[in-house]
Amino acid sequence: MTELWTILDHEGGELRKVSLQMLTAARGLAPALGMEPAAVFAGAGFDRAKDALAEYGAGKVYVAESEDLDRYLLQPTIELLAGLIQERQPGVVLFASVPAGKDLASGVAARLGAGVMADVVELAADGDRVTCSMSVFGGATQTTCQVAGSPQLICLKPNAVVAEPSSGELTEERVDVTVSDGAKRAAITDRVQQEAGGRPAVEEASIIVSGGRGLAGPENFRLVEDLADVLGAGVGASRAAVDAGWYPHQHQVGQTGKTVSPQLYVAVGISGAIQHRAGMQTSKTIVVINKDAEAPLLQMADFGVVGDLFTVVPALTEELRKRKGS
Amino acid sequence: MNIVVCVKRVPDTAAEKKLDPQDFTLDRDSVEAIINPVDEYAVEEALKLREAQGGEVTVLTMGPDGAEKDAVRKALALGADRGVLVKDDRLHGSDAIATARTLAAALAKLEFDLVIMGSESTDARTSLVPQALAQLLGLPGLTNVKHLEVADGTATVQREEEGGYAVVQCALPALVSVVKGINEPRYPSLKGIMSAKSKPVDVLSADDAGVDASQVGLEGSGTRVLSATARPPKEKGVIVVDDGDAAAKLADFLQQHKFI
Ligand SMILES: Cc1cc2nc3c(=O)[nH]c(=O)nc-3n(C[C@H](O)[C@H](O)[C@H](O)COP(=O)(O)OP(=O)(O)OC[C@H]3O[C@@H](n4cnc5c(N)ncnc54)[C@H](O)[C@@H]3O)c2cc1C
Ligand SMILES: Nc1ncnc2c1ncn2[C@@H]1O[C@H](COP(=O)(O)O)[C@@H](O)[C@H]1O
Repeated sequence: MTELWTILDHEGGELRKVSLQMLTAARGLAPALGMEPAAVFAGAGFDRAKDALAEYGAGKVYVAESEDLDRYLLQPTIELLAGLIQERQPGVVLFASVPAGKDLASGVAARLGAGVMADVVELAADGDRVTCSMSVFGGATQTTCQVAGSPQLICLKPNAVVAEPSSGELTEERVDVTVSDGAKRAAITDRVQQEAGGRPAVEEASIIVSGGRGLAGPENFRLVEDLADVLGAGVGASRAAVDAGWYPHQHQVGQTGKTVSPQLYVAVGISGAIQHRAGMQTSKTIVVINKDAEAPLLQMADFGVVGDLFTVVPALTEELRKRKGS
Repeated sequence: MNIVVCVKRVPDTAAEKKLDPQDFTLDRDSVEAIINPVDEYAVEEALKLREAQGGEVTVLTMGPDGAEKDAVRKALALGADRGVLVKDDRLHGSDAIATARTLAAALAKLEFDLVIMGSESTDARTSLVPQALAQLLGLPGLTNVKHLEVADGTATVQREEEGGYAVVQCALPALVSVVKGINEPRYPSLKGIMSAKSKPVDVLSADDAGVDASQVGLEGSGTRVLSATARPPKEKGVIVVDDGDAAAKLADFLQQHKFI
């Protein structure tokens, strides 16, 4: 039977949440397409991924384990996937719509002459085609699209689907990895982790707490971080806060930052300029804390508080801590 | 060192955008256009390298008529030496991979050591073009770069990754896409704006560029848009004015929605 593949996104075998979401989506979609789900693990550390793969019903997994895939930038993995796809001819291949996943998808698409859709938030079967939904223009317009030809390469955004466990036996098929000399041109000489406290990255977090100019200074981002930590959230920032040097650029949400659609987005001291909204308005639930009742972001709030963040945010953090404790 | 910078002409985000109701492509005449904001960082990075090491900076754009004025000449005003615009009705509706094919064909006719691009366009936002272009040119694709150094024909970059960055080394030629914040883009000087008018810009048709017309445009793209609709307005939410109990009410809301 034709297969529907999930290219697993992981860090040394530690699966990212989006991988479990893709496995769930693949399981739902495959029968309607007349396909069978399978997953591809490329990189090192498969042993660490096994339990989660079994728990989320991955079924068949192609395992291409090699340190070389992590030693050189992208190209060995792109060539590996392109070769494997050519050999096994899956009908649909899902990638994570995060920077790394998009790079793999677009590299594979260019090599195979295949079509690729990015930033997809919903998948539906239509014969052997997958109808993809996505938002464009900062969420102002919704479109549906299909990929012509085969394979259909599709990048699924984090948090588009809720991951659900499923039973089923895990079977492994080992795949040989050979890395061409041409793929070794860009060598990774060092990896630097900058995130403290194990908070999820903004692009992956299912809850985000973002801070803006209303925080009045870098030291007050601690209020945002404390609230984020009770909620298990990632931390975002407006451009005004980033440009002022209060928080690192990779946390910026908006037109020139990350586009996110978490389950919950909490905006603290952010006015809601169109360039900021462009990055977050497809969030499922939006909470806004702002002292100005006229702030544009309050217009799109599911729950808005008109008040001083310096009293509301610490009180909220405290209240949530208490409720979690009981 | 010769550098080609790919810049895109995009509609100004602050303006409302419309999709053509016939073929669901962006109605690019309906809005004001600007140079893709992240591409200004790409131009700046190229100018800095040229100032330090010599060589030429060429800007390359695929786009409609207005792209020469709105994108190519703007980059020339910042200091790029010359421009190439690929413009052809048959390119209308090209998706990311078809765009990469067009840029790849045009690049094959240019001499360069380094291609610099933005990491993402504000209208398409796919971030797919850079890595696809790298593949088509057979170049290493160093995407999402936040720091770039070139010495002795080798590029050393810091590349953003989840939760941190990777240091990557690569002999040129190579393709780099940069993120906002890699530098502080300059503003065009009056002299720059004046001299931009007389700098050479080659306007190429798809045939001139050597593009296979069956592989680009709406028909040649591997993706099809089926529908486009305005997002329904959000239902009005609850707004509370804090008089001491807003935190508790918000906590209730978060609890009801199972966020804790
Ligand atoms: C080309 C371009 C690209 C851009 N890209 C982005 C982008 O990617 N992301 C982005 O965010 N912006 C972007 N911007 C900038 C955007 O236009 C706004 O300037 C920016 O979003 C404003 O950030 P802010 O809401 O934090 O600040 P402000 O607009 O200054 O808002 C601060 C808010 O905090 C509130 N406040 C102040 N004190 C308190 C308090 N004590 N308690 C509660 N509330 C308080 C105020 O009422 C106000 O609403 C871009 C702009 C341009 C031109
Ligand atoms: N039509 C185009 N002409 C020139 N460069 C482009 C074009 N489209 C995309 N690019 C480049 O590719 C980058 C990423 O764009 P995208 O893949 O559309 O998000 C941009 O920042 C540009 O550098």
